[in-house]
Amino acid sequence: MIYADNAATTAMSDAAINTMTEVMKNIYGNPSSLYSVGQKAKEVLEQAREDVATAIGACAREITFTSGGSEADNQAIVSAAILGAKQGKKHIISTAFEHHAVLHTLRKLAKEGFEITLLDVHENGLVTAEEVNEAIRDDTCLVTIMYANNEIGTIQPIREIGAVCHERGVLFHTDAVQAIGHIKIDVERDNIDMLSASAHKFHGPKGVGFLFARKNIRLSNIIEGGAQERGKRAGTENVAAIAAMATALKEAVNNIDKNSSNLIPKRDRLIELISKIPHCELNGDAKSRLPGNVNFCFEGIEGESLLLLLDDKGVCASSGSACTSGSLDPSHVLLAIGRVHDVAHGSLRLTLSEDITDEEIDLIALAVTEVVDRLRSFSPVWRDLVNGKREFIIK
Amino acid sequence: MALYSEKVMDHFRNPRNVGIIEDANGIGEVGNAKCGDIMKMYLKIEDEIIQDVKFETFGCGSAIASSSMATELIKGKPVSEAMELTNKAVAEALDGLPEVKMHCSVLAEEAIRSALEDYENKRKEQPT
Repeated sequence: MIYADNAATTAMSDAAINTMTEVMKNIYGNPSSLYSVGQKAKEVLEQAREDVATAIGACAREITFTSGGSEADNQAIVSAAILGAKQGKKHIISTAFEHHAVLHTLRKLAKEGFEITLLDVHENGLVTAEEVNEAIRDDTCLVTIMYANNEIGTIQPIREIGAVCHERGVLFHTDAVQAIGHIKIDVERDNIDMLSASAHKFHGPKGVGFLFARKNIRLSNIIEGGAQERGKRAGTENVAAIAAMATALKEAVNNIDKNSSNLIPKRDRLIELISKIPHCELNGDAKSRLPGNVNFCFEGIEGESLLLLLDDKGVCASSGSACTSGSLDPSHVLLAIGRVHDVAHGSLRLTLSEDITDEEIDLIALAVTEVVDRLRSFSPVWRDLVNGKREFIIK
Repeated sequence: MALYSEKVMDHFRNPRNVGIIEDANGIGEVGNAKCGDIMKMYLKIEDEIIQDVKFETFGCGSAIASSSMATELIKGKPVSEAMELTNKAVAEALDGLPEVKMHCSVLAEEAIRSALEDYENKRKEQPT
């Protein structure tokens, strides 16, 4: 089996598993308890906070542990909205292709009287700092733009966007779930005020993540209760998972140069090989893109059947077709970059891990080529395209 | 994948009656590419019996399996019987479809009916 869906989740690293089992077995105390096994757990927790902070150039007290990226996105946006409302600022800027954790939170705020501007991400899946600057108004309280897109992997000019936000006195949040551990992030350099992350995207466990928020930003609770996380996130901390997240993040950040210089040529070769299939096109900018992300649209076929046949050939991938999105519409990300429904249904996302080999790249390319061919062989749409009864959208 | 029954997967992996019939006397196409499903049915009817049936489908696994099963259910049957084919019969023959995929069986029923109606219309046009 070739696992090529690392944007969905990653396998845990051995080091992270070791940390997790070690803490589960031996350091089971509640970090809020006074006796030694509790205090030991507290030490593990605070060391993890220190390590996570160091990995992104932050201070430990700026890190709040959460159940994952979605919770961190919710808390960051709601907190900024509450702070903004207090000053009479109820305008938020984001993009049309954010993760649903961001978009649905914004939709909820819109119902509560906030005005939301969703910036266009253009055909290449990128927004510019100038466009953010133009969209900022006197009543803008937050700009939230993802560091890298979860479907098409495009990396936004975060540092420039952050600089514009700071110049204009607006809080800047970034959903860095797909980026962290894969490309270098430094909250100081990148002018980031708030950042969301999720452990299982960088070989850590599921169900744990964190929110970075600068010291001066007052967070509002999503979960009320005890005084954990400086009173900003109630509930006994998942110490083992948090410790494993810190291990995984340290490991990922320490190897970031090695991993990306190894992965980028492999990604580009896979893009080159798949591009040989007629009437297909890469989604998102080819250069400003995550090291492991490959995303294509194929004309004349549908994504779910593509995934099922790839699974038969031992390749795990994902698609933005309606059948896999759980709605009637294909992926909002593909629609946001201007793909029409007809071809958005025929999308394929392959997200590679650092340990992928050249042989596996060849196998994936061969499997995709064969499967696309097979599905086209009995697609009435493809027949019409070939016979000139329907116009090719992708030339 | 546990999403689909073994039977759905079998018909998806090895669809029966795939292709086109050059001298078909009943052709039906339903669905649209915008929604992600198109089914096209070709019928060869002689003496009111469906002698041959072929299909082409653009769509998800259950759309392909539903088309395949629908062709099997009507092949060799009288036109009157084929007109009675329901989406429920297609879904049952596939050992069930997930709730969100039931529309695929509806599409298969509609594709068969559309091809049969095309046959009826053509027959009416022809001088006897």
